[in-house]
Amino acid sequence: MSLKNALCAVTALTLITTTGAFAETITIATVNNGDMIRMQGLTEDFTKKTGHDVEWVTLEENVLRQRVTQDIAAKGGQFDVLTIGMYETPIWAGNEWLVSLDDLPASYDADDILPAMRAGLSHDGSLYAAPFYGESSMIMYRTDLMEKAGLTMPDAPTWSDVEAAAKGMTDKDNEIYGICLRGKAGWGENMAFITTVANSFGARWFDENWKPQLDTPEWKEAVSFYNNLLTTYGPPGASTNGFNENLALFQQGKCGMWIDATVAASFVTNPDDSTVADKVGFALAPNKEGVDKRSNWLWAWALAIPAGTQKEAAAKQFIEWATSKDYIELVASKEGWANVPPGARTSLYQNPEYQKVPFAAMTLESINAANPDSPTVKPVPYVGIQYVAIPEWAGIGTAAGQEFSAMVAGQQTVDEALAKAQANTAEEMEAAGY
Amino acid sequence: MARSVTTRRKTINTLAAWAIGLLIFFPILWTILTSFKTEAQAINDPPLFFFFDWTLENYAVVQERSNYMRYLWNSVIIAGGSTVLGLIIAVPAAWSMAFVPSKRTKDILMWMLSTKMLPAVGVLYPIYLVFIELGLLDTRVGLTIVLMLINLPIIVWMLYTYFKEIPGEILEAARMDGATLKEEILYILTPMAIPGIASTLLLNIILAWNEAFWTLNLTAAKAAPLTAFIASYSSPEGLFYAKLSAASTMAIAPILILGWFSQKQLVRGLTFGAVK
Amino acid sequence: MATQHSRSAARFMMAPAVILLLGWMLIPLTMTLIFSFKKYLPLRGGDLGWVGFDNYVRFVSSSAFWPSVQTTLIIVGGVLLITIIFGVLLSILLDQPMWGQGIVRILVIAPFFVMPTVSALVWKNMFMDPVNGLFAHLWKAFGAQPIEWLSDLSLFSIILIVSWQWLPFATLILLTAIQSLDSEQLEAAEMDGAPPLSRFAFIILPHLSRAITIVVLIQTIFLLAIFAEIFVTTSGAFGTRTLTYLIYQRVLESQNVGLGSAGGVYAIILANIVAIFLMRIVGKNLDT
Repeated sequence: MSLKNALCAVTALTLITTTGAFAETITIATVNNGDMIRMQGLTEDFTKKTGHDVEWVTLEENVLRQRVTQDIAAKGGQFDVLTIGMYETPIWAGNEWLVSLDDLPASYDADDILPAMRAGLSHDGSLYAAPFYGESSMIMYRTDLMEKAGLTMPDAPTWSDVEAAAKGMTDKDNEIYGICLRGKAGWGENMAFITTVANSFGARWFDENWKPQLDTPEWKEAVSFYNNLLTTYGPPGASTNGFNENLALFQQGKCGMWIDATVAASFVTNPDDSTVADKVGFALAPNKEGVDKRSNWLWAWALAIPAGTQKEAAAKQFIEWATSKDYIELVASKEGWANVPPGARTSLYQNPEYQKVPFAAMTLESINAANPDSPTVKPVPYVGIQYVAIPEWAGIGTAAGQEFSAMVAGQQTVDEALAKAQANTAEEMEAAGY
Repeated sequence: MARSVTTRRKTINTLAAWAIGLLIFFPILWTILTSFKTEAQAINDPPLFFFFDWTLENYAVVQERSNYMRYLWNSVIIAGGSTVLGLIIAVPAAWSMAFVPSKRTKDILMWMLSTKMLPAVGVLYPIYLVFIELGLLDTRVGLTIVLMLINLPIIVWMLYTYFKEIPGEILEAARMDGATLKEEILYILTPMAIPGIASTLLLNIILAWNEAFWTLNLTAAKAAPLTAFIASYSSPEGLFYAKLSAASTMAIAPILILGWFSQKQLVRGLTFGAVK
Repeated sequence: MATQHSRSAARFMMAPAVILLLGWMLIPLTMTLIFSFKKYLPLRGGDLGWVGFDNYVRFVSSSAFWPSVQTTLIIVGGVLLITIIFGVLLSILLDQPMWGQGIVRILVIAPFFVMPTVSALVWKNMFMDPVNGLFAHLWKAFGAQPIEWLSDLSLFSIILIVSWQWLPFATLILLTAIQSLDSEQLEAAEMDGAPPLSRFAFIILPHLSRAITIVVLIQTIFLLAIFAEIFVTTSGAFGTRTLTYLIYQRVLESQNVGLGSAGGVYAIILANIVAIFLMRIVGKNLDT
C-alpha cells in the first residue's frame, strides 16, 4: 500500500467520522433582519456540530412571505426550514402543513420558552414553530429631549402622556420630530400598530358574528388620534415609513419617541449604528385612560418545518441549534449580551448578565402584558393582537393599511379611510364565505 | 465664416448632449459613489460627492453575507442559455418567415407577440404547479426554458425584421451561379445576418438578465440569479444605503460593462424594422 | 417564387417556435380558466368546487377594479408619452455633430441595463426618500419643503422611474431611424429656408412615424406587465394599484387563486384589446 493510498484512506475515514453518514444540505428561507443575518454568519458552528450544510435564502420580509406562502400552499417543497411568524403558524399547522416540534429532546428544554410565545406558536396544544426571537411593542424615547422639554415619561404612560411628550419634544426647525410611528401600508406594517391603538381605545376588528367593526365610534376615535398624532408631530413622509425607516430615523436622532417592536431596543442602543445610543429610555406601550387594554402587541419570528420535506431530521437539528440556550450563549460570547435574540426564553431573563442590559426588564414586562387570546375589551371570535389569525387577514389588513396610509398622506379623511376599509373588509369576508 | 458657425453649433450641441447624458446617467453614478461610502456618509447632509473616505467595506460585507459568484454564475447561465436556446429555435422560424412569406406570416408574428401579454402574476400558480410536476423548481434548466419562452416572440420578431432587409436579388444571383441551399445559407446569408443575430443576442441577454418576476418566484437557493441576490438587500434593519448600493453595483456591473462594450453591435440591429 | 417544397420546409422550420409558444400559452391559460370558475383557496383546503361566474362577477364588482384599470392606462400612457417626446428630442440632439458622441450615447443607454428592482430601490431610497433622499437635500438647499414623492406624487414618481428605464430604448430605435434619414433632403430644405420647426414637422416626424409605432408596440407589451417597480416603491398604495398588481394581491396576498385567475382572464382580455388596437396601426405601418 503506497503512502498516497494510505493518506487517501485516512482522509476518507476522517471525513466519514466528522461529517457523519447522514450529512445533508438543508435550505432555509429567512428574513433579512439583523438577528437572522447574524445567525447566517454563525452557520459554521452548526455545520461543525452536526455535519449538515445550509443553503440560505435570505429575502426582504414581503418577498419572503410571498415566496414561502406560495411554496407551502402549492406544496413546492423548496425549503426545509421556514422563517414564519405568529400569524402564519396556527393557520398552517391547522392545514397540516407543518411538522410538529413536540419531540425535541429534553436538553432543548421546550418548557423554557416564554409561555406567551409558546402559546402563540402552538396549535391544539402542540408546538409547530420554535421562536427565534420574540417581541412586544413599547415606547422608546429620548431621555435628553424629554429633559430639555421639562417632561418625564411614566413607566406606564397613557396616550395623553404620549401626546404631551410628542408636543414637547418636536422641534421641526432642527429636524426633530416628537414621534415616529409606522405609516407604511401593510398588514405587518402600519396595521400592526393601528390595530394595537384600536385595541387600546376599546375597538375590535370583528364582532362575535364576524361582522367588521370599522364603522364603530371606537375605531373612529382611535384612528383620528393616530392620524392627528402622526401628522402633527411626525416626520415628513410618515405615510411611507415602516419599521426600518423609523429605525433609521431614530438612530439618526430625528425622533423624540418611537413606539415599535421591543427588538428595536438593541439597535437603538448600539453605539456602532446609533447616534443616540446612550440617551434612550423605555416605557410600556400606552393605553387610553379608563381602558384596561394596553397597546402591546405580541410577535415572534419562528422557525418551522414544512410537512413533506425529505430532510426533516436535519431540519429539526437546525431548529434545535438556532433556538437553543447554547445559541444565545454563542451570540453573547461573540457580540455581547445586548445583541442576543431576545424574547424567546425564560432563562435569558433570569440570567444576571442579561439583566444588566438596559431594555431587558421592559421587554419582558411588555411581552407579559400581551395576551393574544383576549386582545380586546369586547369579546372577539379571533386570536391575535395586532392581527386576526384567519387566512384572509393578510389581504384585508394590507388593503385597509393602504387606506390609512393614504389618510396619513393627507389624501383622504379619517371617515373616508374607515369607510373604504370597512367596505373592503366586508367584501373579502363575504368572498371567503363567512 | 461657415466654419465658425458649425463650431459654435457643435459646442452648443456638445454641451447640451453631455448635460443631458450626465443627468440620465446620474442615478447610476450616484449608486456607484454611494457604494464606496460608509453608511453614515451615505445619508450625510449635505450629500457628499467625491470628497469622502473611499471604502471597500460594503463590498466586503456583501461578499461575506452572500455568495456573489454563485448568483452571478446563475445569471450568466440562465441569461446566456435562454438566449442561445431562443436563437436556435428562432433563427429557422424567422428565416422562413422572411424568405418564404405566406399570407399568414404576419398573423403568426402578431400572435407570437400577443403571448407576451399573458400577465405573469395571473399564471404564476399554474406554472408553479407545472414546475412541481416536472421537478423544475429551483433549477437552472427550468428558468432557462421559461425565460427563453417569454423572450422568444421578441427574438423571432427582431430577426424577422432584420432578415427581411437582406435583398432577395443576392440570393437569386447565387442560385443562378448554382449554389446549393447549404452554400447559400453558409456563405451568403449567414455573413449578412450576423449583425442582426448579434444584436438580437445582446438585447435578449439584457432582457433575461433583468427579468425579476419568474427568476425570483421559481428559485430558492440553487438556481437563484442576481435578481434574488438584490432581494436580500432591500430595506433591512438600520441604515442600508451604502450596502444596497454596493449590492446594486455588483448586480448591474456585469451587464452594464457588456452593454457598453457591445453597444455598437446592439444598436446596429436594434431597429425592429423601423428603418426602411 | 416559393415552391411547394420550400413551403413545407418553411413550415418545418417554423414548427418548433410555434409549438413551444402554443404550449406556453395554452397550458397556463387553460389552467387559469379552470381555476377561475372554481372556489380555490389554498389556505382553506385548496379546491372547493365549481362556482360558475362568481369570481368574474366579484372581481369586476370590487371597488378596486375600475381604478386599477385606469391606473394601468395612466402609467402605460404616461410612460409612452414621456419616452417618445424625450426620445425624439434626444435622438435629434444625438444625431448632431458633437464631441464625444460615443460617450454620450453610452451614458444615455445605461439605464436600460439596470434591472427594474435595482432601479426602483435606488430611486425610492436614495432619491425620493423625503428625509435622506437626494431630492429632499436639494429642496432643502433651496429652502423648500421636501416633496413626499411616493405618497403625494405616487403615480408621477412611478411614471418617472419607469420612463427613466425605457427612455434609452426609445432613443436608440429613434436614433437609428433618424440616422437613416436622407441628409440631402434635410440640407435641401435648409437651403430653401425652411425654419427648423417645419423641417421637424414635415420631414423628420413623418420619417419617424414607423419607428414610433414600433416603440409604442414593444414598450406597451412590457409596460402592461410592470410589477417590480410598484412592489418595491408603494406596494400598490396611494392609487398605484394597476390591474397586474390587483391580481397579485388577490392571488398571493389574499391567497384567493380563483378570484385572482378571473382577474388574470380580464387582464388577458384588456391586453388583447390594446394589442389588437396597436397591431392595426403597426400592421398598417409595416406593410407600407
